[in-house]
Order: sequence, then structure tokens, then C-alpha cells
Amino acid sequence: MAPTVIPFGPQHPVLPEPLHLQITVVDEVVSEVLPKLGFVHRGLENLVLKRDIHQMVQVVERVCGICSCIHAHTYCMAIEELMDVQVPPRADYLRIIWGELHRMHSHLLWLGLLADAFGFESLFMQCWKIREKVMDIQEATSGNRVIVSVNVVGGVRRELTPEQCTWILETLEEVEKELLEIKQVFIDDFSVQKRTRGVGILSREEAYESGAVGPTLRGSGVAQDVRQSGYGAYSELDFEPVTEPDGDSYSRAKVRFREVLQSIDLVRQGISRLPQGESRVKVKGWPEGEAISRTEQPRGELMYYIKADGSKHLERMRIRTPTFANIPGMLKMLPGVDLANVPVAVLSIDPCISCTER
Amino acid sequence: MIERIKRSELKNRVWEMKNMGYRLVTMSSVDTGEDIEYIYHFDKDLNMVNFAISVPHGESPESISEIYGSALLVENEIQDHFGVSFTGLALDFKGSFFLEDEVQKAPFCAMSIKRQESNAEGNE
Repeated sequence: MAPTVIPFGPQHPVLPEPLHLQITVVDEVVSEVLPKLGFVHRGLENLVLKRDIHQMVQVVERVCGICSCIHAHTYCMAIEELMDVQVPPRADYLRIIWGELHRMHSHLLWLGLLADAFGFESLFMQCWKIREKVMDIQEATSGNRVIVSVNVVGGVRRELTPEQCTWILETLEEVEKELLEIKQVFIDDFSVQKRTRGVGILSREEAYESGAVGPTLRGSGVAQDVRQSGYGAYSELDFEPVTEPDGDSYSRAKVRFREVLQSIDLVRQGISRLPQGESRVKVKGWPEGEAISRTEQPRGELMYYIKADGSKHLERMRIRTPTFANIPGMLKMLPGVDLANVPVAVLSIDPCISCTER
Repeated sequence: MIERIKRSELKNRVWEMKNMGYRLVTMSSVDTGEDIEYIYHFDKDLNMVNFAISVPHGESPESISEIYGSALLVENEIQDHFGVSFTGLALDFKGSFFLEDEVQKAPFCAMSIKRQESNAEGNE
């Protein structure tokens, strides 16, 4: 049969955000894919010319709602490096507690979307039901469900009381229990495996070569996680990168599922070791020079490059988000996939288009 | 932290990184007024290597997409944002990767974009 070109997106039931793929199929098997972006490009990087370094914290939080906290954390790390600001140890811990809560709710959101993509509606609802408990923690501790807005240059502007810490631990116990109840379905169920095993295979070499990051990379067996670099309080916490060897959509789902459990453990460690004292230092003056900071977002490595000239506005801010790095990997994994499985394979990198386009 | 290298050294340095097993993290670009600076960020085992070249406005930087295929996305993004044209770009969206065809100004640069006619099939 002659090749047929099929437009996938920008509006597609499986995509929460607009992404266009021009897919060439032969006998309903993908042979080539071309991406087209730009549907939600907002030029947020350029706002550094109009907003001062403190206002920019709120701007970078809006690069992506789902991982807003980690965007702000990464940006603040870069500014703090330039201004030689030592963040109080308590702020380091609070930042990672909120960051890991973000990872949990992001992964649970994605697990639900994946279940929805392969038509398992009740599993989708179970995942989102569990996620609500995490959202409740974020709302109770920060005043907002998604954009928690806790980070500032110099620390955090919210506190966790001992009572809140106890309540968070109790709630996470419920989250863990409910998650383990659906684990059997997500990991062992025949229909889940039927729709995800062997779909969108990305070998270890292809994943590394294409610059993939996060669960997309670790789902291909590469044990790399920026948290290992020990930024913030991670150097004092015990964890190992979660990896799965097979490189298919099932592997990537398993990595994310296990990472939710890992995040619960990291929050427990963070709360048990939470130091007393200040959680914010006063920052005076304006930054000068260049800085690069990296963190691990739910979708993988996030990088900020910042250039400042000593004025209140930055000269340049460049954001490399994880989905941007995972798109070449996605383009590699799609050829050979049945057209009917394309939505699952595309979703398996957890694409965040507002992050990608900024 | 960011090493400034000569433009003529770029390809050799990038090949070196590739042969040593470094991953291309991304590229950044900065309009410094006279030049556009292109910064190349690499990583291996969480150790970053960064180097930069400067290219005067109006001149075309060389693409590294033949060495690192994943560079084509970021190079196309830079073309959109800075109104430049990379030579040897493996897949060239000619300034309309993010932006629509009717856009006449590069958002990050005072220069205007001059659209080029496509000379390769399928690259329009």
C-alpha cells in the first residue's frame, strides 16, 4: 500500500495540550514522523526583560502548572548562585518536600491519563482519586492546589507546622495504601500489559543518544537522575534512581508508578530530618554573571541558563524543559508502531507542551 | 564555567564530546549586541561541560545536527527566536518551527527575519 500521511493533533483526545505530528503510515504502521510545535508558545523567556528577578519567580512557575514548584526552585537556585546566597537548611528541605509532592501528583495525573488512553476508565478514576489527597496537602500547606508558589529567591515563603507534618504523613500513608491496591492492576493486569508492552520501544543506546531524560531515559535502563547530584537537601536523603530495562511504554509506566512510592519515602525522610530555624534569608542587590542550574522534574532533567548584568532585569534566561529533550526520543520510538498504538506511545513520554514551548 | 572557543574549533570539539560519550543537554543563545553567542551544554554522569562560540549578526552558524541528531530541534528553535539560519541543518523548518509563516520579526533579536525560499522537497 502507498504511504499515507495522517495528521495527529494538534487537537487529539489523548493529548491534554496541542501537539501536531505529521505521521506517515504504510499499512497502518508508522514509517515516519515530523513534529510541529508552536500552538502554545508564549515567549515567557523574553519576559526577563520586563520583570525583575523576584517577579520572575511567579513567571517561571507558569511555564508549567504541573511542575511549577520545581521550575521556581531551579530558577531560584541559579539566582542564588549568582548572588552568593546561602539558603537556610530548612528551606532546602521544605523545597524538596513540596517538590516531591509535585512529582507525586504529576505522576498520578499521568498514570490516570495513560489508563484513559488505553480505555481503562475505572483505573483512570482511581489514579485521580488518589491524586486528590496529594492536591489536598498542597492546598492546605500553600493555599493553592497546583501552583503552590512557595519558592522565593533566598528560601521559601511558607512554613510547615508540626501538626501539618503529622497530617501529611498520615495522608501519605493512605496514599501509599491505595496506590499499592491498584499496583496489581497497573503492573500485572493482562489488558494493561496488552496495550503497553512492546509499544514504542526505545533502546538504552537510542535513549541516551537522543538526549532523553527522566522516566523516558530510566525506562530504557539508564540510571540517571539529576537528584543524584545532591542539589538542595537531596545529598542528605537516601534514594536510588528507579529504572526498568525494557524501554517500552510499560517500562516507562512502571518507572513512574515506582517513583510515586519513592517520592512518598523522600517526603517522609524530609519531614523526619526537617531542621529547625529560618526558612528564608533576605536578599539585597541584583545578580551579575552567568549561572546554570539543573533539577529533576517529574518528566526529567530541567535546565536553566541565566545571564545577568547587575541590573534588576536579567539579560537572558534560557529554559530547557524535559519534554523538549524527550521529543527526539519519541520520534525514534514511533516508526514501527501500529497507528492504533500511537496515542499510547506519544503519551508514554508524558509530553508537556506548555513546558516545551514556554 | 563556560569556555569561549573559536568558531573554527566548534565541530572538532563537538565530535570530541560525542566520542567521549557526552549527551547534548541543549544549546542556549544570547544576543550580545554585535554577535550572537551560541552556548553548547553537554553532560556525562551528571558532569556538565559548556562551551560557546560567537557569530556576528548576519552570518550563519554551523549546525551540529549531523553529529547530534537531537540538536535539530533546538537549532530550529533558535532560528525562530533569533532570525538566523544554520548551515547543514538536518531538518530545516526555515523559521516556522514555533512561529507562523507570517511572523516577520524574531522575538529575541532586533533583527528582522528574511524568509528563504525552500530549496529542498518536503522542507517547506
